[in-house]
Amino acid sequence: MNPFRYARPSSPSAAFTDFAGERRARYVAGGTNILDLMKIEVESPPLLIDINALALASIEVTGDAIHVGALARLTDVAENEQVRTHLPLVAIALEESASPQLRNMATIGGNLLQRTRCPYFRDTATPCNKRAPKSGCGALGGELRREAVLGTSEHCIATHASDLAVALAALDATVHVTGLSGNREIALHDFYRLPGDTPHVETSLGPGELIVAVSLPLLSYGARSTYLKVRDRAQYDFALASAAVALDLSGKTIRQARVALGGVATIPWRSLQAEALLRNAAASRDTFERAADAALAEARGRGGNDYKIPLAKRTLVRALEIAAA
Amino acid sequence: MLSRRRFFFRAAISTLAAEVALHFRAAAQRLPTVRPNDAAAGTSAARAITINVNGVERTMRVEPRVTLLDALRDRLGLTGTKKGCDQGTCGACTVMVNGRRIDSCLTLAVMHTGDRIVTVEGIAQNGSLHPVQRAFITHDGFQCGFCTPGQIVSAVALLNEGKRLDRDTIRTEMSGNLCRCGCYPHIVDAVLEAAGTS
Repeated sequence: MNPFRYARPSSPSAAFTDFAGERRARYVAGGTNILDLMKIEVESPPLLIDINALALASIEVTGDAIHVGALARLTDVAENEQVRTHLPLVAIALEESASPQLRNMATIGGNLLQRTRCPYFRDTATPCNKRAPKSGCGALGGELRREAVLGTSEHCIATHASDLAVALAALDATVHVTGLSGNREIALHDFYRLPGDTPHVETSLGPGELIVAVSLPLLSYGARSTYLKVRDRAQYDFALASAAVALDLSGKTIRQARVALGGVATIPWRSLQAEALLRNAAASRDTFERAADAALAEARGRGGNDYKIPLAKRTLVRALEIAAA
Repeated sequence: MLSRRRFFFRAAISTLAAEVALHFRAAAQRLPTVRPNDAAAGTSAARAITINVNGVERTMRVEPRVTLLDALRDRLGLTGTKKGCDQGTCGACTVMVNGRRIDSCLTLAVMHTGDRIVTVEGIAQNGSLHPVQRAFITHDGFQCGFCTPGQIVSAVALLNEGKRLDRDTIRTEMSGNLCRCGCYPHIVDAVLEAAGTS
């Protein structure tokens, strides 16, 4: 790892003030992603700001949401009784993430900012528009098996790696941030940016803006929800395809539904088309298959990742069957 | 003939003299002396940190970029904890921090001031092996042994987590520890036995 300056501020304002003095700084919380990227020199921040001294790890139910501090560890949120009871899709997405060791380290805020596992992003010998803007895309014309089929552009087809963010996309959670220009709330559907021609811009966070909490809305039918993840190994691997779903059932009729896909898109991918098809329809395999077709209607395979389209459809159908059962 | 020692001594003296001369010249001309910018946060210099390792307060000097794993192995000589992949994939570097198992390769030593660390060297108590260690021997839960310290620390932490364990859940809960020799069935046997006896 290259040398860097290290600071450990004791308040959020001290943290973003430190950042203002060095725009190329990075925050570190769990460290599981940023330190890995620093070792392989994908990231070389001159200043690393350790935010672990900030009091941001509480988990509280406030009114119609579960308020999760940005520094809550994945393990703590996955084991929280309120989360398990009211929003199982979140608990399952977390349990299916990484390994027990990494879940004890990684934080909720850090997970939302997890970088892609695209091998061309991680290999500094290849071009990557996300790592080095306007250098080109190594994945296009390269090995495509893990690359995205939804939300891609001619500049980037890197898959978003987070499981949690997929569950939060289905819930449309709220991200609370703070920075030099004050506090603000960002709806999850506004938080992530499609790659377009600026793949290096991944979120709507401003420079130095710090995530302080995430609100998980207590969806009235959140208890009937699940997260299904398909990967090469049974455990401890990134998704090839995943689905986060919640169903509001009245007998055999679906009143409302939430659907988001992971492992197949450049950002956590909520499918309003699939939700529209499910609404007021019978909870049947036929309905689920039509919803899956709608969710993947705009998907584009490029050869090596073609398989993800039928895989994602089947993953979504099975997730809906599990939720409806 | 100039001896090596005398040569280095003379070189050191002349360097020192040059620095002293520069310093006085700078002072005489009222040049600002070079020092870190007050506005810039943090420093990359080595600093002394104190961490409780296996019940003993240990103080060491580390640069911020030193991982907890490297600090344990290279600064404290606790080489039981292994460096496998160095990217959080294999679990050979597993240690407990404040009772929780983590990968020590993906965290910095400076982030752990005041924390309680337990490494594989701290698992046995008063010369008596932990039930997990005994079970690994009974069931031959290793071959080359490189992943074993991580497996053992991970298994001890797992038992402390208080989950109901069977073969399937042990496989899931131990998935952060890879064994390249493929001793998984024996490792599961060992953890299952330790879960029943501890």
